[in-house]
Amino acid sequence: MKDPRIWGLKKSPWVYHLAAASCNNCDIEVLELLTPRYDVERFGIVLVGSPRHADALLVTGVINRKSLPRVLEVYEQTPKPCLVIGVGTCTCNNHIFLNSYNAVGPYDKYLPVNAYVPGCPPKPEAMILGVVKALSKL
Amino acid sequence: MTTLAGWQLVLAFLIFPGVVFTSFVGLTLTWVDRFVSARVQWRKGPPFYQPFADMLKLLLKQTVVPAGASKVTFLGAPMIGFAAMCVTAVLLFYVNFFPHGSFVGDLIVLVYLFALPPLSTILGASASRNPLSAVGASREMTLYLGYELPFLLALVVPIIHTHGAIRLGDLVLAQRTAGPFLYSWSGLIAAVIVLVCIQAKLGYPPFDIAEAEQEIMSGVLIEYSGAPLALFRLTKAMMFFLMPCFLVTVFWGGLTSFWAIPELLAVVVLVILIKNTNPRFKIDHALRFFWFILGALGIIAVILAFGGL
Repeated sequence: MKDPRIWGLKKSPWVYHLAAASCNNCDIEVLELLTPRYDVERFGIVLVGSPRHADALLVTGVINRKSLPRVLEVYEQTPKPCLVIGVGTCTCNNHIFLNSYNAVGPYDKYLPVNAYVPGCPPKPEAMILGVVKALSKL
Repeated sequence: MTTLAGWQLVLAFLIFPGVVFTSFVGLTLTWVDRFVSARVQWRKGPPFYQPFADMLKLLLKQTVVPAGASKVTFLGAPMIGFAAMCVTAVLLFYVNFFPHGSFVGDLIVLVYLFALPPLSTILGASASRNPLSAVGASREMTLYLGYELPFLLALVVPIIHTHGAIRLGDLVLAQRTAGPFLYSWSGLIAAVIVLVCIQAKLGYPPFDIAEAEQEIMSGVLIEYSGAPLALFRLTKAMMFFLMPCFLVTVFWGGLTSFWAIPELLAVVVLVILIKNTNPRFKIDHALRFFWFILGALGIIAVILAFGGL
């Protein structure tokens, strides 16, 4: 715990949910992650309404030519240091849109992604594991 | 008559009832809020240090000023509310510990000081050049116009009980001899009105209309990040401590009575429970509720107080 900035980030990562043209399956699983059943507020994780308040961007969906500039803009709007966590197989590779003319993923071509959570959709437990791995790498 | 000398005044502002003490208690109460909310939803809730970790993280994070925003107003606005709450803390505690030392009209000064945090959010939101925060600012303004009427009507009740005392010290002294105003019919109604107004002043559900996260993405605070956001949250935490203090001072026997701490906790937990069990009002419904329901109740309370009840 040398850097108080990193300590603060680890103890209270506020999450902004950035749905970049996903099929909504991952988004519903993200919502389930934030229900009382999993109670991520134990670890200080809170869902916030504005990217300006966020410490972690939870991006879902396959990246395409239309959503790429929007995602980059939201990333630039987020104050640093911030984490980027890709949720779902669509973010890891292009998944079922592999040879599509419109899919330009994966995300780490454009953004410094800290962790990928594969799955279609991933379980909330897997997402918690992804966040833990991203935080413990800091 | 007790007055504070120069260095005592500095200490009073910075350490004891001022910045350090009020922020510490306020942040602790924020944890109580999150813990009780968690228990209401059958969750475990965050650890004790959570609000302090949030504060540390926000203070050390990058501060973004949106392009085209008025820089001075945008960054200066949170300080207005914060400074107002520091002064409020000193005034409120001073009046309770030295009731003979307060000045005429400090009740009115306190009402103005409590009006500054909403004004500072309106100012900051309007300076941020974001359409959603402009919507939030207009809602905050409407809400402020709404709750100020019943709030003032309720504060008239203890003034009538003491035959025209607008010194907080006189209110505290009168309650020490004749018992709290809360235990009369008019006082009870007035205290309930003030409790609802506290809810609105803090921006908690059902009156979190200006910050509605789901519809206007935290509204007034949407463009704030880092240290200014931390200041806004700290101001809110201090208000969360000072507003119940104010209620207990004016209606429930003052802060020096034996029951002060249980009373404070009771008010805080009541606010948290209202927060957790009520969905958000629409802004026009909130205005109608404050003016025509709470306003009417306030008038009834004033009439009862004139009748000596």
